[in-house]
Amino acid sequence: MIKINNVSKRFGKLQVLNNVTLTCNKNECIALIGPNGCGKTTLIKSILGMVLPDEGDIEFQGKSIKNDFTYRNHIGYMPQLGRYPDNMTIGQVVETIKDIRKSNEPLDEDLLQQFNLQQMFEKRMSTLSGGTAQKVGATLAFLFNPSVLILDEPTAGLDPLAAEILKEKIIAQKTKGKLILITSHLLSELDELVTQLIFMQEGNVVFHKNIDTLKNETGETKISKAIAKILKQQTA
Amino acid sequence: MNKIIKFVIIDILKNKIVLVYTLLLAVFSWSAFGLEDNSSKGILTLLNIVLLIVPLVSILFSTIYIYNSSEFIELLVSQPVERKKIWQSLFVGLSLSLVFAYLIGAGIPLLLYAEQSVGLMMIAVGCIISVVFVAIAFLGSILSRDKAKGIGIAILLWLYFALLFDGLVLFLLFQLADYPIEKMMVGITATSPIDLARILILLHLDVSAMMGYTGAIFKDFFGSTTGLIIAFTLLALWIVVPFLLSLQIFKRKDL
Repeated sequence: MIKINNVSKRFGKLQVLNNVTLTCNKNECIALIGPNGCGKTTLIKSILGMVLPDEGDIEFQGKSIKNDFTYRNHIGYMPQLGRYPDNMTIGQVVETIKDIRKSNEPLDEDLLQQFNLQQMFEKRMSTLSGGTAQKVGATLAFLFNPSVLILDEPTAGLDPLAAEILKEKIIAQKTKGKLILITSHLLSELDELVTQLIFMQEGNVVFHKNIDTLKNETGETKISKAIAKILKQQTA
Repeated sequence: MNKIIKFVIIDILKNKIVLVYTLLLAVFSWSAFGLEDNSSKGILTLLNIVLLIVPLVSILFSTIYIYNSSEFIELLVSQPVERKKIWQSLFVGLSLSLVFAYLIGAGIPLLLYAEQSVGLMMIAVGCIISVVFVAIAFLGSILSRDKAKGIGIAILLWLYFALLFDGLVLFLLFQLADYPIEKMMVGITATSPIDLARILILLHLDVSAMMGYTGAIFKDFFGSTTGLIIAFTLLALWIVVPFLLSLQIFKRKDL
């Protein structure tokens, strides 16, 4: 569904993505992990067209995303730090995005209700706490029933209750055969969610493996331990 | 695209600064015509105010508005909207708001008090100057990510066009007074939208005689239909070129 071919990107002297090649198919739930500054967010932003790669090409459903924007109709994106216009209210943000996407399909307003956002529709974005802004971001990502979900640090900043609601929502989407791409540092949370793992370091993809293969190879049952084991083998 | 324009205009109206600007223009215009018994004198007073204030408000307000919209732009870029549309909508929204402010604030008194041809010329020139400085603000603010630097660039550009440029021209005139530079002056004028606007109005007021031989050359050039068309084309270029340049940069910008 998403094919990334030899994508490179540098910001000044810093090589953020170095010849990254990946393929993501539907029905997969992929965790994108790696240390801070390894290029996860840049990779995600490249898929969304927010960052334009220096070299290489990204394909969405077999079509290059260069000079195209319609493909974003199929993507729901939840940013790491949701930045929203300060003087808009929650209601206005939701309405504006609805207006812009003018989707004919029924909207998925589950999260709106479960996060109790409707009662806060009049609140301005500038007055919201980080967690509430995250909730708005999550709601917008799921609102249009997109076939691809890209979630950048989805549970960071959410309270345990909200994080649990979001996790259940992600699992429900997974069973519908969508492609879900998550970045996270909380490896323990990924255990029940993901089917594949991409590990990045300094702009390179170190490996892209199935979770089961990974667990078999390392003989561990937890993702966090399996990764720790691989990293130890590499440095040894 | 229309939805984004609508949103931008509503957002600017809520901001109220543009409303105050409209009021300010209205106060200046009514008092300029009220204090002078002769409408030509009123126009001259108003011209000087308009050529200082309209560029200043247009360039500063637009620059700050673009920087403050960075979150909104970021939100839209991840949605199925063409980048070109986002930038164009912002431009159209800002331009429309400032042009309307000018039309209501200065346009109404101009229609009521000024001689028709001068009044209409003044309205047209004021609207164009508003949009020119919105376009310059778009170019200035895309060149720097730093808000303080961007606003600094805007203030310097305004200083240059509104004050410094005249000083430079005067300096040139005095230094080269012994040489036949009148024709060259016409060319130099084209490099400043404010001066183009000033000359267009002055020629309609028949005070160009006061400008001496240079004035006669101006009258000869800008007074003819061809001159008028060239002057308006140049003003239009002052809108199109900065905006298209900024659009090209915005299309390739990493957000």
